[in-house]
Amino acid sequence: MADIRNITVSVNGESYTRDVETRKHLADFLRQDLDLTGTHLGCEHGVCGACTILVDGEAMRSCLMFAVQADGKDIVTTEGLVAKDGTLNALQQAFRNHHALQCGFCTPGMLMSLMAYLRDHKNPDEAEIRRAISGNICRCTGYQGIVDAALEAADAIHQNAGV
Amino acid sequence: MKPAAFKYHDPKTLDDLTGLLKNKEDVKILAGGQSLVPMLNMRFVMPDHLIDINGIDELNFIKQEKGTLSIGAMTRQVQLAHSSEITKTCPILQEALSYVGHFQTQNRGTLGGSLCHLDPSAEMPAIACLLGAELTVKSDKAERKIAFDDWALAYMTPNLEPEEVLVSVDLPVWQEKHGHAFVEFARRHGDFAIVGVGALLVVDKKQNISKVALCVAGADVRPQRLHDLEKSLIGQPATDETFLQAGAQARNIEAFSDAYVSKAYRQRLSGVLVERALKQAHERL
Amino acid sequence: MQLWKQLMQSTKTRGFEPMGARYFGARVDRMEDETLLTGNGQYVDDIKLPGMLQGSFLRSPHAHANIKSIDTSLAEAVEGVHAVLTYKDLPSPLNQPAVQPYPSPAIKQDLRPYPLAKDEVSFVGEAVAFVVASTRHIAEDACAQIMVDYEILPACVELRGAMNEDAPRAHNGTPDNLVARLNAKYGDVDDVFAKADHILKTDFTQHRGGCHAMECRGVVGFHEPIDGQLTIWSATQCPYLIRRSLAQQMDIAESRLRVIAPDVGGGFGPKAGYYIEEIIVPHAAMVLGRPVKWIEDRREHFVTTNTQRDSYWDLEIAVSKDGDIHGLRGNIMLDCGAYIPYGLLLAVTTVVPLPGPYKLAAMDIVEDVIFTNTVSNSPVRGAGRPNAAYTMERVIETVARELKIPSADVRRRNFVRKEEFPYKTGLTHFNGNPMTYDSGDYHALLEKVMKLADYDGFEKRQEQARKQGRYLGIGISSCIEDTGAGPYEGATVRIDPLGQVHVVTGAASQGQGHKTVIAQIVADELDVEIEKVRVEIGDTGKFPQGVGTVASRVAVNVGTACYTAANEVRDKALDLAAQLLEIDRDDLQIADGIVQDKGNRNVNISLGQLAHKLAPMTGGFIPEGFTPSLEATSYEGSKGLPHASGCNICEVEVDIGTGEVNILRYSVAHDCGKKINPTIVEGQIIGGVVHGIGNALFEQMVYDEQGQPLSTNYGEYLLPIATEMPRIDIVHQETPSPLNPLGLKGAGEGGTIPAMAAVVASIENALETFNVVIDYYPVTPQRLCELIDEGSKAAE
Repeated sequence: MADIRNITVSVNGESYTRDVETRKHLADFLRQDLDLTGTHLGCEHGVCGACTILVDGEAMRSCLMFAVQADGKDIVTTEGLVAKDGTLNALQQAFRNHHALQCGFCTPGMLMSLMAYLRDHKNPDEAEIRRAISGNICRCTGYQGIVDAALEAADAIHQNAGV
Repeated sequence: MKPAAFKYHDPKTLDDLTGLLKNKEDVKILAGGQSLVPMLNMRFVMPDHLIDINGIDELNFIKQEKGTLSIGAMTRQVQLAHSSEITKTCPILQEALSYVGHFQTQNRGTLGGSLCHLDPSAEMPAIACLLGAELTVKSDKAERKIAFDDWALAYMTPNLEPEEVLVSVDLPVWQEKHGHAFVEFARRHGDFAIVGVGALLVVDKKQNISKVALCVAGADVRPQRLHDLEKSLIGQPATDETFLQAGAQARNIEAFSDAYVSKAYRQRLSGVLVERALKQAHERL
Repeated sequence: MQLWKQLMQSTKTRGFEPMGARYFGARVDRMEDETLLTGNGQYVDDIKLPGMLQGSFLRSPHAHANIKSIDTSLAEAVEGVHAVLTYKDLPSPLNQPAVQPYPSPAIKQDLRPYPLAKDEVSFVGEAVAFVVASTRHIAEDACAQIMVDYEILPACVELRGAMNEDAPRAHNGTPDNLVARLNAKYGDVDDVFAKADHILKTDFTQHRGGCHAMECRGVVGFHEPIDGQLTIWSATQCPYLIRRSLAQQMDIAESRLRVIAPDVGGGFGPKAGYYIEEIIVPHAAMVLGRPVKWIEDRREHFVTTNTQRDSYWDLEIAVSKDGDIHGLRGNIMLDCGAYIPYGLLLAVTTVVPLPGPYKLAAMDIVEDVIFTNTVSNSPVRGAGRPNAAYTMERVIETVARELKIPSADVRRRNFVRKEEFPYKTGLTHFNGNPMTYDSGDYHALLEKVMKLADYDGFEKRQEQARKQGRYLGIGISSCIEDTGAGPYEGATVRIDPLGQVHVVTGAASQGQGHKTVIAQIVADELDVEIEKVRVEIGDTGKFPQGVGTVASRVAVNVGTACYTAANEVRDKALDLAAQLLEIDRDDLQIADGIVQDKGNRNVNISLGQLAHKLAPMTGGFIPEGFTPSLEATSYEGSKGLPHASGCNICEVEVDIGTGEVNILRYSVAHDCGKKINPTIVEGQIIGGVVHGIGNALFEQMVYDEQGQPLSTNYGEYLLPIATEMPRIDIVHQETPSPLNPLGLKGAGEGGTIPAMAAVVASIENALETFNVVIDYYPVTPQRLCELIDEGSKAAE
């Protein structure tokens, strides 16, 4: 008999109520139950950062939380960054400008980590940005484009203009 | 890599928690989850019951009382890192925290979780060891206070009975003017340290060492105070030569070998980092 | 924002280099990005089909064992389980070993795995059973209930001892562990060595890490019951290889199979294989009559995705007293792992790029490819080329060190000179063709990178640092890279009645921006706005034939094919327009998709209208002298192998207390011929260099003596992360390739190929006072401390 709980979660501004098995982690819940496949699974042991989302505004690894732990919480995923008319936000646009993605698999996690970091830090320098993304692994880009994109978008995100 | 099935519980009070611990067998407590959930995902642990204590607000606090910093077990690492109270009274804790994981893991990870997990080179246990922390554990029946020296029993084994939970940690912070430094060597930013060293240092008017505490984490399976070395440093001049000798002596520390790092290298790092920690602590005086 | 406007904006900020073309050579923003940035990528795990079930493999926990029995009864009884498959459930012909996608007569023992292990397992991770259930959780629960009785056998793990008479055999009943013995030989080696002033020695082990794309592998199988078509989505670099191999495996026509590479999150080589999961998952879908999905988890990736690993090199160098390198001879031992899924591809690419950018009169290298009870070896970013480049650079450094000649000078003496192209190295490729470098200028490349790295200023930097007790070092590394390998890739370019340009190609992409560079080429040839070009890739159902995305071959081959096809379409359009408008063809031009009279722009007809003319419905007619449809297909590729080249300089600081290596500066001079999109090229270089630094300093797959992989998580297996990586400065050089009309050379691996050698050389330079010579990478701080201590003791 599966252990099931009923949860209500807000994701990207919309409320969802679902029954979920307690052993299902939050990333799987978003991807499978809510069809929000932008959040990716790269390791399922909390190192690669591809699964990073915002929970009540803070960046966290969704593979290390169970869906039931998100009951009552506010979640933002990469799908929530884009404006209703499809316009990319300042960070996404900066990623585009600086070739900060190649295969795109780590990208959602990178974006969410940087959204939180840039919001909370004013005028970060390169070394600080590199530390900020040290919890997100990219195998394609070598990080330079990502750093440049973050530097470009830092002001806009910090002043909330890009969100 | 999906967990095996468990029965999930989320008590909202400490009493509910200890009640559960009394009645259930084969239990794992879920705190920040940054260490436990990977193990659950990989099926390294498969408890019948998973008790999520993230809803127990009374376990989350930072209090300063007469020279003792008292911290609830469920206080998040991010809270510790940003606490102005801790910046004022125990900056070495925040310096150690700067090495702990990444900001995403600090948003979830807790002080209590790290102290119960007891990874050999973990920074929080190292600080608790350095300061001679006292840990409070509770069960349904009773409360125990455990000195850190008695807390780490063996490799990743805390002094906890199955029906007990760690509730809070008291850190007796140094009141007098002192220098502090936490240095560690890890392969990459945020990685588990190979070796980490915490140092606290007081010098007298003649610039001789009058009080010193040194803790090494990662050399052996539990963090250790270098009591003998500390004793030998009292009265020594606080100079580079003294620190160099201290480092040389620290190389005799008990250390273990594993598939990645040799005993000799752990010993060497201990020596190098003890010297560097003492130097830096001195510079900060 | 219009893509076109963005192009203008981006070219303004980055300095547009006019090449007589609007898009070729421009830093066009990628058309792939918007989808990926908004979380709308469609990777294999994002595929959801009605009734889809989830699969999980039970894998061998032993490196070498006999299977005595398997009891699946408890697993079958788990609620939610739909099937439990083992070898005995596989119908003929699936109960035969996996086909060899790369057969070669040189393979002595072509041992291939059964799709599910039959009675022997040969590496930890080999698939023994497959469970299909309603969720992955339940499938894993059921796997845990399968009882396998193993008889553990001795495992062959250690490479150096694997050819000893008493070494355990990696496979039961085999005479030895030899897969193949190759000999790369040319010139008169005995003569050259007899006459040499000096014979120097060098030996070392190279340990290259694994794939570790952020996306693991995955397969979805779907069997359409009505027409019998079997559709397979796989995170693969080679959909056509899978189609071909599966057709052979299942003994069915290729036309019944459709293999699709969806968005793929990084490939790097190991996703270019043919894996047993690609047999079993579709088979399960057929048997169950429901779509089946299997997604590799990261633990599985560590133990079952093919990886590159160890090669041991033992060499002698014949050199003159002035540093002219005349010959090289010696042996290589290459760890093949348990099977040979890439045939001898890696073994060949490990030796064929020797002697790199240098002129050697003679060479005789024997390479033994050896079975071990570990996961099969596979090309990883660069395939064997990084190994060959590393070896040549070790040779250069050995000569420089022992003859006390600056290594830059040793290079200058021995480089192939620019007047000597096309240059035949003397080596014949195993395919029978002489290895020929088409174009290049290695001397200029070296000068460029030395300037970029302020090489001349280093001595002073090193001195200043030494006064502070700090140890700085600098190292150079040069390489060539054969790219654009055949046999072909194809493309169809078609214009529709609305003037939209459709390009379809079999090439697959894992992040290289192929769609964008293809669109750039086609938009230029047709003189249309790039946003009118739509590109489809990686689907055997949409394009008839293809090969695969490996070895930096796609831009060269598909670029050429697209260029050729687009020009055929252009010719057809102009011919038709001339006929319809009754104007001389030479008086026509195309601008923004409109064919117009150069003298009078009001006389015009759009490409869309022309397309419409060539695709009439009932009652219409095709104009005289024309075939239907404004389209063309081309399989034109490069003739021969265009050779890219690179030269890297790494500057490091070594902490002699901890052995920590800190990279202060990294400079690259790179020549990949004409660049379609400089931004994409730079992205490949930077990513490649970081990958190479990871190999040099961090990535190590650790096994115990029983062949048990120990480093199977990202806490223990270290990938390069942002904090330890330097900024990488790049200067470009362009020696166009004469082998294809666009002058292209591949760019996907030129960053990785020389990187390890540059890092290792810089560390040795920093620790010169301790006489440190490095014979293994990845170089760990612990190892450096040991070497420093040994060097210090020797000095006393």
